[in-house]
Amino acid sequence: MKLHELTIHESLDLLGRRQISAVELTEAVLDRIVAVDNQVKAYLSVTPESALEDARKADEIRAVGAVGAIDRSSRSFVGAIHELPLLGIPVAIKDVICLAGVPTTCGSKILEPFVPPYDATVITRLRKAGVVFLGKTNTDEFAMGSSTENSAFFTTHNPWDLARVPGGSSGGSAAAVAAGEALGALGTDTGGSVRQPASLCGVVGIRPTYGRVSRYGLVAFASSLDQIGTLGKDVTDCALLLQVIAGHDPCDSTSLDVPVPDYARALRAGIRGLRVGVPREFFGAGVQPGVEAAVRQAIQTLVELGAEIGEMSLPHTEYALPTYYLIAPAEASANLARYDGVRYGYSVPDSPDIWESYRRTRQQGFGPEVKRRIMLGTYALSAGYYDAYYLKAQRVRTLIRQDFDQAFRRFDVVVGPTSPTVAFRIGEKVSDPLQMYLADVFTLAQSLAGICSLSVPCGFSEGLPVGLQISGPVLGEETVLRVAYAYEQAAEWYRQKPSVKEEHLQ
Amino acid sequence: MALTHEQVEHIADLAKLGLTEEEIERFREQLSAILDYAAMLNRLDTAAIPPTASVLPLRNVMRMDEARPALSQADALANAPSAEGGYFQVKAVLE
Repeated sequence: MKLHELTIHESLDLLGRRQISAVELTEAVLDRIVAVDNQVKAYLSVTPESALEDARKADEIRAVGAVGAIDRSSRSFVGAIHELPLLGIPVAIKDVICLAGVPTTCGSKILEPFVPPYDATVITRLRKAGVVFLGKTNTDEFAMGSSTENSAFFTTHNPWDLARVPGGSSGGSAAAVAAGEALGALGTDTGGSVRQPASLCGVVGIRPTYGRVSRYGLVAFASSLDQIGTLGKDVTDCALLLQVIAGHDPCDSTSLDVPVPDYARALRAGIRGLRVGVPREFFGAGVQPGVEAAVRQAIQTLVELGAEIGEMSLPHTEYALPTYYLIAPAEASANLARYDGVRYGYSVPDSPDIWESYRRTRQQGFGPEVKRRIMLGTYALSAGYYDAYYLKAQRVRTLIRQDFDQAFRRFDVVVGPTSPTVAFRIGEKVSDPLQMYLADVFTLAQSLAGICSLSVPCGFSEGLPVGLQISGPVLGEETVLRVAYAYEQAAEWYRQKPSVKEEHLQ
Repeated sequence: MALTHEQVEHIADLAKLGLTEEEIERFREQLSAILDYAAMLNRLDTAAIPPTASVLPLRNVMRMDEARPALSQADALANAPSAEGGYFQVKAVLE
């Protein structure tokens, strides 16, 4: 097996037994990026020098058996090996998360050229765990989109079929993991932006409970919805990454001060007797037959594993989309007011006055989808329309939460398709915003409710991956990971990899 | 719910977002379609339902008022398109 095909847990095993070095592993992944990223275009920037430096340091630490001697203030690893659970593991970071000294673009022209002076808390935590940072992955501009086609730079291609989208907005992270260009990755999920690309690229992606992971250093899109999540080749890898980034952070007052359980240990308990709800609203019109068949088959596998399946209803599911597309743009319109060309990023010179400077900077710096959402959100918050749109949507959000509250009295988890379709063709939905928004129709309600939810591969339709979405209650990460792990080990879809042809450049 | 050209201009002004005539017309059509779709929320009687602004039960989150390390002035200004004398430089707000 080639090193770039390893999972995180396989790599940790080999690194621990000195079968491979972190430098070898990192070089293999960097070589893979060179060989396939011209086609996949998962990365906005790759940082090979610092990645190899991180890897060399990881190898030194492993050789010495402890840290101490190796120090470089901001990048120092602290503690003994057992406190460096991801020592030498190369990962990719969605380019909406700040990593000190590396440009952060958010897939937008308006941040050019912005170099964050500090690390996001998730980056600090990954550094302390010994992670090797490969670079920043492509995203729809400010994470607004479901295909990466809204990136101001380029579209990422799905490794299973390069003519198709990888999903979005964390499409760069999902494609990188699927194509062996990273062992794991961080993404962000506001309305489905980890789960939907995970589904379309055939990898595992988890959106943790709102507040489980600190948002400090994450560029804000919709603050009551944004949550950082992890993407991996399998459930174990997702859990290992989540283990490191989860936990309270005094720098994010919305982060939950609740102990983090041992996720990897929770995986193996099995699901006998576990109550699994299947909402009938998740199998309506718009779901491709091949997607429904794969998901129904996966549910049958859960039955065979001993789960108790019950049909149920989440009656307000159809209202999640309009609710989300009022609340998220409203919050975005406020958050994106900060891009004024004064403190960072793009600024149009030679404007006659400050007002015109704002207008021109934002006109030239933002792309069409971001402008559309700023307009929609500004309208929903404006005098005379606030009650009819924004407040109304917040009231319906309560009804959507109550649907899940009731569901989790009867069921431990709720399952269904992550996306109604397999990966669609690049260009297919760009001219119709509503059609694009429908790509997230099954992931929005969980985001609005603030619960945890993941996508795990559950087969193929038309040769393209299908994802099973498993949603759990607030802080139910152990349960959704356990169900996903039991399913994954029984179904073994993780054995199938996309075949991206390697190019060898001179 | 069809927005007018003037309404779209007004929203763009509130958002401090310059738009071309073509963009105004395109957004007028697209936003009208999205708002029509959103009107389905009116099928629900929410008079007695409290709004959810945040899913967390948190109210005020307090911490000790203690000095902590912060960015240096140079770091804080490093990304500024225009800085002078330790300040961000902006266009005149008043004539």
